[in-house]
Amino acid sequence: MGGDTPRRETRDRNVPQTFGRSCPKCGTQNPADAVYCNLCQEPFAHRGFSSLRPVQMLPFNEAAASNVRMSRLLFLLLLVAFFGLGGVIGKAYGSLELGLSLALILYAILASTAYFSGSSIVLSIHDAREADPEEHQQLRNVVEEMKIAAGLPMPKVYVMDAQGINAFATGRKPEEATITVTTGLLGRLSREELQGVIAHEMAHVKSRDTLYNVNAVVLVGAIVLLSDLFLRDTFFFRGRGRSGGGGGGRGNVAFLLLGIVLAVLAPLAARLLQMSISRQREYHADAAGAEFTRNPLGLASALEKISREGAEVPGENRGTQHLFIVNPLRTFTADSSALMSTHPPTELRIQRLRAMAGVGG
Amino acid sequence: MHWIPAIVAVAVVAWFVGTYNRLVRLRNQIQNAWHQIEVQLKRRHDLIPNLVEVVKDYMTYEQETLTRVVEARGTAVSAKGAAAQAEAENALTESLKSLFAVAENYPDLKANQNVASLQEELTGTENKISFARQYYNDSVMTYNNTIQSIPSNVIASVFDFRPSEYFTAGEEDKAVPKADLR
Repeated sequence: MGGDTPRRETRDRNVPQTFGRSCPKCGTQNPADAVYCNLCQEPFAHRGFSSLRPVQMLPFNEAAASNVRMSRLLFLLLLVAFFGLGGVIGKAYGSLELGLSLALILYAILASTAYFSGSSIVLSIHDAREADPEEHQQLRNVVEEMKIAAGLPMPKVYVMDAQGINAFATGRKPEEATITVTTGLLGRLSREELQGVIAHEMAHVKSRDTLYNVNAVVLVGAIVLLSDLFLRDTFFFRGRGRSGGGGGGRGNVAFLLLGIVLAVLAPLAARLLQMSISRQREYHADAAGAEFTRNPLGLASALEKISREGAEVPGENRGTQHLFIVNPLRTFTADSSALMSTHPPTELRIQRLRAMAGVGG
Repeated sequence: MHWIPAIVAVAVVAWFVGTYNRLVRLRNQIQNAWHQIEVQLKRRHDLIPNLVEVVKDYMTYEQETLTRVVEARGTAVSAKGAAAQAEAENALTESLKSLFAVAENYPDLKANQNVASLQEELTGTENKISFARQYYNDSVMTYNNTIQSIPSNVIASVFDFRPSEYFTAGEEDKAVPKADLR
């Protein structure tokens, strides 16, 4: 973490500690450069850049429908990409049909893996184990409380060993949902704070953010993996082509081109993923979770503790960072670019939650 | 243009079926939510004898508090009718609150793993009861909103979907019982 020191500086400078603008409608204190009220979304007359953008509060069924649509789109885009690439390879080797059918088979394997075992892949990446009814009695109770408040079936509860305070949810639909928390979270959060975190995760489950998020992990992860593979193969093929002398030259060129295309595509896809997951879902889950607990301060205080004591999770994986309640790899500040952030700045989330409870700045 | 009436008819029927099914779903959701409350109340009744059993050896000087809990439980279990039941449950909540308040004075009790576990179980059940009530009321609100607003109120009145009643707790019931022994 070499870039830690400069980031801390920007963070200190830009934390909205000095609120300069109180909302004329609801009286909430907002940063001086805010364009919208952080709580009630009332636009201010002043124009200019701000990290605050209005968040649409969708009803759960609409949020869920939108996540289902987004997931379909994701699968469709990937299908198109596979067909395109398969076609290119096939043509280079003189058999368009073979290339296309290979691409289709590969796609089928990948897509069904993402859809049917996405959750278990994510859980095994992070070495999550099922919560013990006796050892994690309080955790299980709190999850059950929140599933009652949300009107959902009981999710499976998992625990992962990590010092940092963090949590995430997976599952295609509420019936198959899982909620995982770190041991650090269990040790350091009070019951009230735990409730806030679980409510946030339950809101992700109810609005089916988990469907989209988990599909994205596997699909994008696979693209990155494939790109690595192709890049390696390209150099491998080129080397062999030289020593073998002639033969398959056209194929080598195609592979090289493909490798370059993929190398460009993979980070782009990862960026796209982060954009689409964005801050909106997190704000939405914060607000919806507060609706379950009727206590926004529980989550606010949990988030404060997380930003003070850290959210690190072992087996750090760029593919799963967006799943967590607070990003385990990076800290976002009020001036971080929205396109590059998987989560809203924690300070703003806390501010918004406190405003919900009627606690100013 | 003879197909226009047909399309309109199909649309009307589709809306009709959709709305009717939605109303049925919402009404069933309310019933389910109500059962959820009862399940949790029952769970609380089941937990109390265990708690009393474990606690009574420690709290020799608090027989009165314990008796009150046991009596309140007995009344709650045998209460008939929604109003009487609600009142009995509130009394039970109150008696448990005073039991936990008294328990604060017994360090041995607080150290007992068994008691701590039962206490967490009761706190959890207590919370589940109030979240179940909250969900019940939320469901009632959605249902009532639907059957009273245009145009779904037409179907509601034709098929006799009546507004449901909210669960209203006594003032003392709204305060979460302080049951933290940590």
